[in-house]
Amino acid sequence: MVAIASVFADQPPALLWGLGGVLGVLTLAVAVAQALPRLKPGKDYTNLRERIRSWWVMIALLAGALLLGWVAVTLLFVVISFIALREFLSLAHIRPEDRLIVLLAYLCIPVSYSFIAINRYGMYLVFIPVYVFMFIPFAMAVIGQTRAYLATAASFHWGLVTCVYSLGYAAYLMRAPAHDLPAGPAGLVFFLLVATEANDVLQYCWGKAMGRRKIIPKVSPNKTWEGFLGGWISTAALIWFLGPVFTPLSGLGLAILAVFLPVAGFAGDVTMSAVKRDIGVKDSSALIPGHGGILDRADSLIFTAPLYFHILIFFALRDF
Amino acid sequence: MRFLRRAVIVLIARPLARVFTGADVVGREKLPLKGPAILVANHASHVDTILLLTIYPTRALDRVRPAAAADYFLKSAVMSWFSRNILAIVPVARDRAQAGEDILAPAREALAAGDIVLIFPEGTRGDGQELTRLKTGVAKLAAAFPGAPVTPVWLQGAGRVLPKGAHVPVPMNCTVLVGDPFRWGGDRMAFMEELRARLEALKALAPPQRWA
Repeated sequence: MVAIASVFADQPPALLWGLGGVLGVLTLAVAVAQALPRLKPGKDYTNLRERIRSWWVMIALLAGALLLGWVAVTLLFVVISFIALREFLSLAHIRPEDRLIVLLAYLCIPVSYSFIAINRYGMYLVFIPVYVFMFIPFAMAVIGQTRAYLATAASFHWGLVTCVYSLGYAAYLMRAPAHDLPAGPAGLVFFLLVATEANDVLQYCWGKAMGRRKIIPKVSPNKTWEGFLGGWISTAALIWFLGPVFTPLSGLGLAILAVFLPVAGFAGDVTMSAVKRDIGVKDSSALIPGHGGILDRADSLIFTAPLYFHILIFFALRDF
Repeated sequence: MRFLRRAVIVLIARPLARVFTGADVVGREKLPLKGPAILVANHASHVDTILLLTIYPTRALDRVRPAAAADYFLKSAVMSWFSRNILAIVPVARDRAQAGEDILAPAREALAAGDIVLIFPEGTRGDGQELTRLKTGVAKLAAAFPGAPVTPVWLQGAGRVLPKGAHVPVPMNCTVLVGDPFRWGGDRMAFMEELRARLEALKALAPPQRWA
Protein backbone atom coordinates (compact mmCIF):
# COMPACT_ATOMS: atom_id res chain seq x y z
CA MET A 1 0.00 0.00 0.00
CA VAL A 2 2.76 2.40 0.98
CA ALA A 3 4.58 1.65 -2.30
CA ILE A 4 1.42 2.30 -4.31
CA ALA A 5 0.74 5.50 -2.41
CA SER A 6 4.27 6.76 -3.05
CA VAL A 7 3.91 6.09 -6.82
CA PHE A 8 1.00 8.52 -6.80
CA ALA A 9 2.51 10.99 -4.33
CA ASP A 10 5.62 11.54 -6.48
CA GLN A 11 3.60 12.37 -9.59
CA PRO A 12 3.10 15.90 -10.84
CA PRO A 13 -0.45 16.99 -9.90
CA ALA A 14 -1.24 17.97 -13.51
CA LEU A 15 -0.63 14.37 -14.66
CA LEU A 16 -2.92 12.94 -11.98
CA TRP A 17 -5.61 15.48 -12.83
CA GLY A 18 -5.18 14.62 -16.51
CA LEU A 19 -5.54 10.88 -15.89
CA GLY A 20 -8.56 11.60 -13.72
CA GLY A 21 -10.04 13.67 -16.55
CA VAL A 22 -9.56 10.78 -18.99
CA LEU A 23 -11.35 8.41 -16.60
CA GLY A 24 -14.15 10.99 -16.35
CA VAL A 25 -14.52 11.17 -20.13
CA LEU A 26 -14.54 7.38 -20.36
CA THR A 27 -17.20 7.10 -17.65
CA LEU A 28 -19.26 9.65 -19.57
CA ALA A 29 -18.84 7.49 -22.70
CA VAL A 30 -20.12 4.46 -20.77
CA ALA A 31 -23.16 6.46 -19.66
CA VAL A 32 -23.85 7.59 -23.25
CA ALA A 33 -23.46 4.01 -24.51
CA GLN A 34 -25.98 2.90 -21.88
CA ALA A 35 -28.43 5.67 -22.75
CA LEU A 36 -28.22 5.43 -26.56
CA PRO A 37 -30.23 2.19 -26.97
CA ARG A 38 -33.04 3.83 -25.01
CA LEU A 39 -32.90 7.15 -26.87
CA LYS A 40 -32.44 5.67 -30.34
CA PRO A 41 -33.61 2.05 -30.21
CA GLY A 42 -33.35 -0.39 -33.08
CA LYS A 43 -29.64 0.10 -33.80
CA ASP A 44 -26.83 -2.28 -32.86
CA TYR A 45 -24.53 -0.73 -30.28
CA THR A 46 -22.36 -3.81 -29.66
CA ASN A 47 -19.38 -2.29 -31.49
CA LEU A 48 -19.61 0.94 -29.47
CA ARG A 49 -19.70 -1.02 -26.19
CA GLU A 50 -16.77 -3.20 -27.32
CA ARG A 51 -14.81 -0.11 -28.30
CA ILE A 52 -15.34 1.49 -24.90
CA ARG A 53 -14.46 -1.72 -23.06
CA SER A 54 -11.21 -1.90 -25.03
CA TRP A 55 -10.48 1.75 -24.19
CA TRP A 56 -10.52 0.85 -20.48
CA VAL A 57 -7.85 -1.78 -21.06
CA MET A 58 -5.67 0.45 -23.27
CA ILE A 59 -5.92 3.39 -20.88
CA ALA A 60 -5.17 1.19 -17.85
CA LEU A 61 -2.01 -0.15 -19.55
CA LEU A 62 -0.79 3.28 -20.70
CA ALA A 63 -1.65 5.04 -17.44
CA GLY A 64 0.03 2.31 -15.40
CA ALA A 65 3.20 2.57 -17.49
CA LEU A 66 3.21 6.39 -17.31
CA LEU A 67 2.96 6.27 -13.52
CA LEU A 68 5.75 3.69 -13.25
CA GLY A 69 8.25 5.69 -15.30
CA TRP A 70 10.40 5.50 -18.42
CA VAL A 71 11.38 1.81 -18.09
CA ALA A 72 7.76 0.69 -18.03
CA VAL A 73 6.80 3.00 -20.90
CA THR A 74 9.76 1.83 -23.01
CA LEU A 75 8.89 -1.84 -22.40
CA LEU A 76 5.24 -1.20 -23.23
CA PHE A 77 6.22 0.43 -26.52
CA VAL A 78 8.60 -2.44 -27.32
CA VAL A 79 5.58 -4.74 -27.09
CA ILE A 80 3.40 -2.33 -29.10
CA SER A 81 6.08 -2.05 -31.82
CA PHE A 82 6.48 -5.84 -31.92
CA ILE A 83 2.77 -6.49 -32.36
CA ALA A 84 2.41 -3.67 -34.90
CA LEU A 85 5.38 -4.96 -36.92
CA ARG A 86 4.03 -8.52 -36.73
CA GLU A 87 0.70 -7.29 -38.07
CA PHE A 88 2.44 -5.37 -40.84
CA LEU A 89 4.83 -8.12 -41.95
CA SER A 90 2.04 -10.73 -41.88
CA LEU A 91 0.05 -8.75 -44.44
CA ALA A 92 2.91 -7.27 -46.46
CA HIS A 93 3.84 -9.05 -49.66
CA ILE A 94 7.18 -10.53 -48.78
CA ARG A 95 8.87 -13.53 -50.38
CA PRO A 96 9.22 -17.04 -48.92
CA GLU A 97 13.01 -16.53 -48.96
CA ASP A 98 12.70 -13.54 -46.65
CA ARG A 99 11.90 -15.39 -43.40
CA LEU A 100 15.40 -14.69 -42.08
CA ILE A 101 14.97 -11.01 -42.94
CA VAL A 102 11.74 -11.00 -40.96
CA LEU A 103 13.69 -12.18 -37.91
CA LEU A 104 16.27 -9.44 -38.54
CA ALA A 105 13.47 -6.88 -38.71
CA TYR A 106 12.17 -8.01 -35.30
CA LEU A 107 15.72 -7.79 -33.96
CA CYS A 108 15.75 -4.08 -34.87
CA ILE A 109 13.13 -3.47 -32.17
CA PRO A 110 15.34 -4.17 -29.10
CA VAL A 111 18.31 -2.43 -30.73
CA SER A 112 16.36 0.70 -31.59
CA TYR A 113 14.74 0.89 -28.15
CA SER A 114 18.07 0.26 -26.41
CA PHE A 115 19.22 3.66 -27.74
CA ILE A 116 16.29 5.08 -25.78
CA ALA A 117 17.37 3.10 -22.70
CA ILE A 118 20.91 4.51 -22.84
CA ASN A 119 19.54 7.89 -23.94
CA ARG A 120 21.66 8.37 -27.07
CA TYR A 121 19.34 10.43 -29.21
CA GLY A 122 21.76 10.82 -32.12
CA MET A 123 22.05 7.05 -32.52
CA TYR A 124 18.31 6.57 -32.23
CA LEU A 125 17.83 9.15 -34.95
CA VAL A 126 19.99 7.37 -37.52
CA PHE A 127 19.81 3.67 -36.62
CA ILE A 128 16.67 2.66 -38.54
CA PRO A 129 16.47 5.41 -41.19
CA VAL A 130 20.15 5.08 -42.19
CA TYR A 131 21.74 1.82 -41.08
CA VAL A 132 18.83 -0.61 -41.11
CA PHE A 133 17.80 1.04 -44.38
CA MET A 134 21.14 -0.05 -45.88
CA PHE A 135 21.62 -3.37 -44.09
CA ILE A 136 18.30 -5.09 -44.83
CA PRO A 137 18.55 -4.72 -48.63
CA PHE A 138 22.16 -5.94 -48.34
CA ALA A 139 21.08 -9.02 -46.37
CA MET A 140 18.38 -9.63 -48.97
CA ALA A 141 20.99 -9.40 -51.70
CA VAL A 142 23.17 -11.94 -49.89
CA ILE A 143 20.22 -14.36 -49.82
CA GLY A 144 20.32 -13.94 -53.60
CA GLN A 145 16.70 -13.75 -54.67
CA THR A 146 16.25 -10.70 -56.91
CA ARG A 147 12.62 -11.26 -57.93
CA ALA A 148 10.42 -8.47 -56.42
CA TYR A 149 13.58 -7.27 -54.65
CA LEU A 150 13.00 -3.51 -54.56
CA ALA A 151 9.31 -3.73 -53.59
CA THR A 152 10.08 -6.16 -50.75
CA ALA A 153 12.98 -4.08 -49.42
CA ALA A 154 10.67 -1.07 -49.44
CA SER A 155 8.00 -3.03 -47.54
CA PHE A 156 10.49 -3.92 -44.80
CA HIS A 157 11.68 -0.35 -44.50
CA TRP A 158 8.17 1.04 -44.49
CA GLY A 159 7.17 -1.39 -41.72
CA LEU A 160 10.22 -0.60 -39.58
CA VAL A 161 9.97 3.17 -39.86
CA THR A 162 6.25 3.24 -39.03
CA CYS A 163 5.98 0.48 -36.41
CA VAL A 164 9.33 0.84 -34.64
CA TYR A 165 11.02 4.18 -35.38
CA SER A 166 7.99 6.49 -35.36
CA LEU A 167 6.19 4.87 -32.43
CA GLY A 168 9.48 4.82 -30.50
CA TYR A 169 9.41 8.62 -30.34
CA ALA A 170 6.46 8.38 -27.96
CA ALA A 171 8.62 6.34 -25.56
CA TYR A 172 11.65 8.58 -26.08
CA LEU A 173 9.71 11.55 -24.67
CA MET A 174 10.00 9.86 -21.25
CA ARG A 175 13.76 10.59 -21.35
CA ALA A 176 13.25 14.35 -21.55
CA PRO A 177 14.97 16.14 -18.62
CA ALA A 178 12.34 16.72 -15.95
CA HIS A 179 13.24 20.34 -15.14
CA ASP A 180 11.15 22.94 -16.98
CA LEU A 181 8.43 20.36 -17.63
CA PRO A 182 5.12 21.38 -16.01
CA ALA A 183 3.86 17.76 -15.68
CA GLY A 184 7.10 15.80 -15.95
CA PRO A 185 8.11 13.60 -18.91
CA ALA A 186 5.03 11.43 -18.38
CA GLY A 187 2.91 14.54 -18.89
CA LEU A 188 4.50 15.01 -22.34
CA VAL A 189 3.59 11.46 -23.40
CA PHE A 190 0.17 11.77 -21.83
CA PHE A 191 -0.59 14.93 -23.78
CA LEU A 192 0.63 13.40 -27.07
CA LEU A 193 -1.70 10.44 -26.58
CA VAL A 194 -4.65 12.59 -25.49
CA ALA A 195 -4.27 15.07 -28.38
CA THR A 196 -3.85 12.28 -30.95
CA GLU A 197 -6.76 10.15 -29.76
CA ALA A 198 -8.99 13.18 -29.13
CA ASN A 199 -8.35 14.17 -32.75
CA ASP A 200 -9.41 10.68 -33.92
CA VAL A 201 -12.55 10.71 -31.79
CA LEU A 202 -13.48 14.34 -32.56
CA GLN A 203 -13.07 13.81 -36.32
CA TYR A 204 -15.29 10.75 -36.00
CA CYS A 205 -17.95 12.63 -33.99
CA TRP A 206 -17.99 15.69 -36.27
CA GLY A 207 -18.21 13.40 -39.29
CA LYS A 208 -21.09 11.42 -37.74
CA ALA A 209 -22.93 14.58 -36.72
CA MET A 210 -22.71 16.63 -39.92
CA GLY A 211 -20.53 14.82 -42.47
CA ARG A 212 -21.71 15.44 -46.08
CA ARG A 213 -18.81 15.94 -48.52
CA LYS A 214 -16.41 13.02 -48.89
CA ILE A 215 -12.76 14.00 -48.56
CA ILE A 216 -10.83 10.97 -49.94
CA PRO A 217 -13.52 8.47 -51.00
CA LYS A 218 -11.13 6.09 -52.75
CA VAL A 219 -9.09 5.50 -49.59
CA SER A 220 -11.37 6.26 -46.63
CA PRO A 221 -15.01 6.28 -47.80
CA ASN A 222 -16.32 7.33 -44.37
CA LYS A 223 -14.13 10.42 -43.99
CA THR A 224 -15.68 13.80 -44.74
CA TRP A 225 -14.54 17.42 -45.00
CA GLU A 226 -16.86 18.29 -42.12
CA GLY A 227 -15.28 15.63 -39.88
CA PHE A 228 -11.75 16.67 -40.83
CA LEU A 229 -12.31 20.41 -40.35
CA GLY A 230 -14.42 20.01 -37.20
CA GLY A 231 -11.83 17.68 -35.67
CA TRP A 232 -9.01 19.99 -36.73
CA ILE A 233 -10.50 23.11 -35.14
CA SER A 234 -11.65 21.42 -31.92
CA THR A 235 -8.35 19.52 -31.42
CA ALA A 236 -6.39 22.70 -32.14
CA ALA A 237 -8.41 24.46 -29.45
CA LEU A 238 -7.81 21.59 -27.03
CA ILE A 239 -4.05 21.77 -27.69
CA TRP A 240 -3.98 25.55 -27.37
CA PHE A 241 -5.76 25.56 -24.00
CA LEU A 242 -4.37 22.37 -22.39
CA GLY A 243 -0.89 22.45 -23.97
CA PRO A 244 0.63 24.80 -21.36
CA VAL A 245 -0.57 22.47 -18.57
CA PHE A 246 1.41 19.47 -19.84
CA THR A 247 4.15 20.85 -22.12
CA PRO A 248 6.71 23.65 -21.88
CA LEU A 249 5.35 25.10 -25.16
CA SER A 250 3.79 28.54 -25.48
CA GLY A 251 3.26 31.18 -28.14
CA LEU A 252 4.48 30.28 -31.62
CA GLY A 253 5.58 26.71 -30.73
CA LEU A 254 2.22 25.91 -29.20
CA ALA A 255 0.37 27.47 -32.15
CA ILE A 256 2.39 25.37 -34.61
CA LEU A 257 1.62 22.23 -32.61
CA ALA A 258 -2.09 23.12 -32.45
CA VAL A 259 -2.26 23.64 -36.21
CA PHE A 260 -0.15 20.70 -37.40
CA LEU A 261 -0.76 17.83 -34.95
CA PRO A 262 -4.41 17.31 -36.01
CA VAL A 263 -3.34 17.33 -39.68
CA ALA A 264 -0.60 14.77 -38.93
CA GLY A 265 -3.13 12.55 -37.15
CA PHE A 266 -5.44 12.70 -40.15
CA ALA A 267 -2.52 12.02 -42.50
CA GLY A 268 -1.43 8.96 -40.48
CA ASP A 269 -4.94 7.56 -40.51
CA VAL A 270 -5.40 8.06 -44.26
CA THR A 271 -1.90 6.81 -45.17
CA MET A 272 -2.28 3.59 -43.19
CA SER A 273 -5.74 3.15 -44.74
CA ALA A 274 -4.15 3.36 -48.19
CA VAL A 275 -1.63 0.68 -47.20
CA LYS A 276 -4.40 -1.60 -45.90
CA ARG A 277 -6.48 -0.99 -49.02
CA ASP A 278 -3.50 -1.93 -51.20
CA ILE A 279 -3.08 -5.17 -49.24
CA GLY A 280 -6.82 -5.84 -49.31
CA VAL A 281 -7.81 -5.75 -45.64
CA LYS A 282 -9.93 -3.40 -43.54
CA ASP A 283 -8.37 -4.19 -40.15
CA SER A 284 -4.77 -5.17 -39.50
CA SER A 285 -5.85 -7.87 -36.99
CA ALA A 286 -8.60 -8.57 -34.44
CA LEU A 287 -6.41 -7.98 -31.37
CA ILE A 288 -8.41 -5.10 -29.85
CA PRO A 289 -12.16 -5.86 -29.80
CA GLY A 290 -14.12 -3.11 -31.57
CA HIS A 291 -11.00 -1.36 -32.89
CA GLY A 292 -9.15 -3.93 -35.02
CA GLY A 293 -5.40 -4.35 -34.72
CA ILE A 294 -2.73 -2.22 -33.04
CA LEU A 295 -1.88 -0.66 -36.40
CA ASP A 296 -5.51 0.45 -36.76
CA ARG A 297 -5.44 2.13 -33.35
CA ALA A 298 -1.92 3.59 -33.61
CA ASP A 299 -2.06 4.77 -37.25
CA SER A 300 -2.39 8.46 -36.37
CA LEU A 301 0.17 8.17 -33.55
CA ILE A 302 2.72 6.97 -36.13
CA PHE A 303 2.55 10.44 -37.72
CA THR A 304 1.94 12.61 -34.65
CA ALA A 305 4.66 11.16 -32.36
CA PRO A 306 7.71 12.32 -34.39
CA LEU A 307 6.11 15.69 -35.20
CA TYR A 308 5.28 16.36 -31.54
CA PHE A 309 8.79 15.30 -30.47
CA HIS A 310 10.55 17.55 -32.98
CA ILE A 311 8.34 20.58 -32.31
CA LEU A 312 9.14 20.16 -28.60
CA ILE A 313 12.86 19.93 -29.31
CA PHE A 314 12.88 22.91 -31.65
CA PHE A 315 10.96 25.23 -29.35
CA ALA A 316 11.65 24.00 -25.83
CA LEU A 317 13.76 20.92 -25.06
CA ARG A 318 17.10 22.12 -26.37
CA ASP A 319 18.99 19.71 -24.12
CA PHE A 320 18.42 16.78 -26.48
CA MET B 1 -0.94 -36.99 -17.51
CA ARG B 2 -4.12 -35.13 -18.27
CA PHE B 3 -3.01 -32.50 -15.76
CA LEU B 4 0.48 -32.26 -17.29
CA ARG B 5 -1.01 -31.87 -20.78
CA ARG B 6 -3.32 -29.11 -19.63
CA ALA B 7 -0.46 -27.33 -17.82
CA VAL B 8 1.85 -27.50 -20.86
CA ILE B 9 -0.82 -26.25 -23.26
CA VAL B 10 -2.22 -23.50 -21.05
CA LEU B 11 0.97 -22.27 -19.35
CA ILE B 12 3.62 -22.80 -22.04
CA ALA B 13 2.06 -23.30 -25.47
CA ARG B 14 -0.63 -20.64 -25.08
CA PRO B 15 1.71 -17.69 -24.30
CA LEU B 16 4.15 -18.88 -26.98
CA ALA B 17 1.34 -19.12 -29.53
CA ARG B 18 0.21 -15.58 -28.65
CA VAL B 19 3.73 -14.23 -29.27
CA PHE B 20 4.36 -16.18 -32.48
CA THR B 21 0.90 -15.99 -34.04
CA GLY B 22 -1.26 -13.38 -32.30
CA ALA B 23 -3.90 -16.15 -32.33
CA ASP B 24 -6.88 -14.21 -33.68
CA VAL B 25 -10.04 -16.34 -33.51
CA VAL B 26 -13.24 -15.65 -35.42
CA GLY B 27 -16.24 -17.67 -34.24
CA ARG B 28 -14.73 -19.21 -31.10
CA GLU B 29 -18.25 -19.84 -29.75
CA LYS B 30 -18.85 -22.32 -32.58
CA LEU B 31 -16.14 -24.73 -31.37
CA PRO B 32 -17.75 -27.93 -30.03
CA LEU B 33 -17.17 -28.42 -26.31
CA LYS B 34 -18.54 -31.96 -26.11
CA GLY B 35 -17.81 -35.09 -28.09
CA PRO B 36 -18.33 -37.01 -30.20
CA ALA B 37 -17.50 -34.17 -32.60
CA ILE B 38 -15.26 -33.80 -35.64
CA LEU B 39 -13.12 -30.74 -36.39
CA VAL B 40 -11.87 -30.44 -39.96
CA ALA B 41 -9.07 -28.02 -40.83
CA ASN B 42 -6.64 -27.18 -43.64
CA HIS B 43 -3.00 -28.03 -42.98
CA ALA B 44 0.14 -26.05 -43.81
CA SER B 45 2.38 -26.34 -40.75
CA HIS B 46 3.02 -28.11 -37.44
CA VAL B 47 1.90 -24.82 -35.92
CA ASP B 48 -1.68 -25.68 -37.04
CA THR B 49 -2.14 -28.37 -34.39
CA ILE B 50 -0.58 -26.36 -31.58
CA LEU B 51 -2.49 -23.20 -32.55
CA LEU B 52 -5.81 -25.03 -32.47
CA LEU B 53 -5.05 -26.62 -29.10
CA THR B 54 -4.04 -23.26 -27.61
CA ILE B 55 -7.17 -21.40 -28.71
CA TYR B 56 -9.47 -24.12 -27.36
CA PRO B 57 -11.46 -23.31 -24.20
CA THR B 58 -9.61 -24.94 -21.29
CA ARG B 59 -12.63 -26.84 -20.00
CA ALA B 60 -12.98 -28.78 -23.28
CA LEU B 61 -9.25 -29.19 -23.90
CA ASP B 62 -9.02 -32.72 -22.44
CA ARG B 63 -11.41 -33.93 -25.14
CA VAL B 64 -9.56 -32.51 -28.18
CA ARG B 65 -7.42 -35.06 -30.00
CA PRO B 66 -5.64 -34.34 -33.27
CA ALA B 67 -5.45 -37.18 -35.76
CA ALA B 68 -1.83 -37.46 -36.85
CA ALA B 69 0.31 -39.68 -39.05
CA ALA B 70 1.71 -42.56 -37.00
CA ASP B 71 4.71 -42.92 -39.34
CA TYR B 72 5.81 -39.38 -38.49
CA PHE B 73 4.63 -38.63 -34.96
CA LEU B 74 5.48 -42.00 -33.40
CA LYS B 75 8.92 -42.19 -35.06
CA SER B 76 11.29 -41.59 -32.17
CA ALA B 77 10.77 -42.28 -28.47
CA VAL B 78 10.75 -38.61 -27.44
CA MET B 79 8.47 -37.57 -30.27
CA SER B 80 6.17 -40.50 -29.51
CA TRP B 81 5.93 -39.62 -25.80
CA PHE B 82 5.16 -35.98 -26.65
CA SER B 83 2.62 -36.93 -29.33
CA ARG B 84 0.77 -39.36 -27.09
CA ASN B 85 0.80 -37.43 -23.82
CA ILE B 86 0.89 -33.74 -24.67
CA LEU B 87 -0.71 -33.53 -28.10
CA ALA B 88 -2.82 -36.64 -27.28
CA ILE B 89 -2.89 -37.64 -30.95
CA VAL B 90 -5.12 -40.24 -32.48
CA PRO B 91 -2.59 -42.20 -34.57
CA VAL B 92 -3.41 -42.77 -38.24
CA ALA B 93 -1.16 -45.41 -39.85
CA ARG B 94 -1.48 -43.86 -43.30
CA ASP B 95 1.30 -46.08 -44.74
CA ARG B 96 -0.58 -49.26 -43.85
CA ALA B 97 -3.82 -48.49 -45.71
CA GLN B 98 -2.65 -50.55 -48.68
CA ALA B 99 -2.20 -53.60 -46.46
CA GLY B 100 -5.93 -53.59 -45.81
CA GLU B 101 -5.61 -52.46 -42.20
CA ASP B 102 -8.48 -50.41 -40.72
CA ILE B 103 -6.40 -47.27 -40.16
CA LEU B 104 -9.38 -45.27 -38.86
CA ALA B 105 -10.03 -47.63 -35.95
CA PRO B 106 -8.27 -45.43 -33.31
CA ALA B 107 -10.23 -42.37 -34.49
CA ARG B 108 -13.50 -44.32 -34.28
CA GLU B 109 -12.63 -45.46 -30.77
CA ALA B 110 -11.89 -41.88 -29.72
CA LEU B 111 -15.22 -40.64 -31.10
CA ALA B 112 -17.03 -43.53 -29.40
CA ALA B 113 -15.39 -42.45 -26.13
CA GLY B 114 -16.80 -38.94 -26.59
CA ASP B 115 -13.66 -37.16 -27.84
CA ILE B 116 -13.43 -34.23 -30.25
CA VAL B 117 -11.24 -35.45 -33.11
CA LEU B 118 -9.32 -32.97 -35.27
CA ILE B 119 -8.80 -34.13 -38.85
CA PHE B 120 -6.59 -32.60 -41.53
CA PRO B 121 -8.23 -34.21 -44.59
CA GLU B 122 -5.48 -33.03 -46.94
CA GLY B 123 -3.46 -35.81 -45.31
CA THR B 124 -0.23 -33.79 -45.26
CA ARG B 125 0.99 -30.22 -44.97
CA GLY B 126 0.35 -28.08 -48.06
CA ASP B 127 2.02 -24.85 -49.22
CA GLY B 128 -0.35 -22.71 -47.16
CA GLN B 129 -1.93 -21.15 -50.23
CA GLU B 130 -4.55 -23.43 -51.84
CA LEU B 131 -6.59 -26.28 -50.37
CA THR B 132 -5.36 -29.52 -52.00
CA ARG B 133 -7.31 -32.75 -52.66
CA LEU B 134 -9.26 -33.93 -49.61
CA LYS B 135 -9.08 -37.57 -48.52
CA THR B 136 -12.37 -39.30 -47.77
CA GLY B 137 -11.47 -40.82 -44.39
CA VAL B 138 -13.28 -37.93 -42.70
CA ALA B 139 -16.49 -38.92 -44.53
CA LYS B 140 -16.16 -42.49 -43.24
CA LEU B 141 -15.87 -41.17 -39.69
CA ALA B 142 -18.85 -38.85 -40.13
CA ALA B 143 -20.88 -41.74 -41.54
CA ALA B 144 -19.95 -43.90 -38.56
CA PHE B 145 -21.10 -41.13 -36.20
CA PRO B 146 -24.00 -39.45 -38.05
CA GLY B 147 -25.00 -37.55 -34.91
CA ALA B 148 -21.58 -35.93 -34.43
CA PRO B 149 -21.30 -32.32 -35.61
CA VAL B 150 -18.60 -31.67 -38.23
CA THR B 151 -17.08 -28.22 -37.68
CA PRO B 152 -14.94 -26.74 -40.49
CA VAL B 153 -11.98 -24.62 -39.38
CA TRP B 154 -9.70 -22.49 -41.59
CA LEU B 155 -6.21 -21.85 -40.21
CA GLN B 156 -4.64 -18.85 -41.91
CA GLY B 157 -0.98 -17.93 -41.61
CA ALA B 158 0.64 -20.92 -39.87
CA GLY B 159 2.37 -21.74 -43.15
CA ARG B 160 4.20 -18.42 -42.80
CA VAL B 161 5.22 -19.00 -39.18
CA LEU B 162 6.74 -22.41 -39.88
CA PRO B 163 6.39 -23.68 -43.45
CA LYS B 164 7.04 -27.29 -44.35
CA GLY B 165 10.80 -27.87 -44.32
CA ALA B 166 11.63 -24.87 -42.12
CA HIS B 167 13.07 -25.32 -38.63
CA VAL B 168 12.94 -21.84 -37.12
CA PRO B 169 9.50 -20.35 -36.43
CA VAL B 170 9.07 -16.66 -37.30
CA PRO B 171 6.38 -14.53 -35.61
CA MET B 172 3.51 -13.86 -38.04
CA ASN B 173 -0.16 -13.23 -37.38
CA CYS B 174 -2.46 -16.24 -37.71
CA THR B 175 -6.23 -16.25 -37.86
CA VAL B 176 -8.45 -19.18 -36.92
CA LEU B 177 -11.86 -19.04 -38.59
CA VAL B 178 -14.45 -21.42 -37.17
CA GLY B 179 -17.44 -22.23 -39.39
CA ASP B 180 -20.94 -23.48 -38.64
CA PRO B 181 -21.15 -27.20 -37.88
CA PHE B 182 -22.94 -29.57 -40.28
CA ARG B 183 -23.76 -33.28 -40.20
CA TRP B 184 -23.42 -36.39 -42.29
CA GLY B 185 -26.23 -36.36 -44.88
CA GLY B 186 -25.96 -39.92 -46.19
CA ASP B 187 -23.83 -39.46 -49.33
CA ARG B 188 -20.04 -39.48 -49.37
CA MET B 189 -19.57 -37.37 -52.53
CA ALA B 190 -22.07 -34.77 -51.35
CA PHE B 191 -20.43 -34.68 -47.89
CA MET B 192 -16.95 -34.11 -49.34
CA GLU B 193 -18.24 -31.40 -51.69
CA GLU B 194 -20.02 -29.62 -48.86
CA LEU B 195 -16.91 -29.85 -46.66
CA ARG B 196 -14.71 -28.34 -49.37
CA ALA B 197 -17.24 -25.58 -50.07
CA ARG B 198 -17.41 -24.70 -46.37
CA LEU B 199 -13.62 -24.61 -46.01
CA GLU B 200 -13.27 -22.46 -49.14
CA ALA B 201 -15.95 -20.10 -47.82
CA LEU B 202 -13.99 -19.65 -44.58
CA LYS B 203 -10.78 -19.13 -46.55
CA ALA B 204 -12.46 -16.31 -48.48
CA LEU B 205 -13.10 -14.53 -45.17
CA ALA B 206 -9.49 -14.89 -43.98
CA PRO B 207 -7.09 -11.93 -44.22
CA PRO B 208 -5.17 -12.27 -47.49
CA GLN B 209 -1.60 -13.44 -46.99
CA ARG B 210 0.19 -13.66 -50.28
CA TRP B 211 3.86 -14.13 -50.94
CA ALA B 212 5.37 -11.56 -53.29
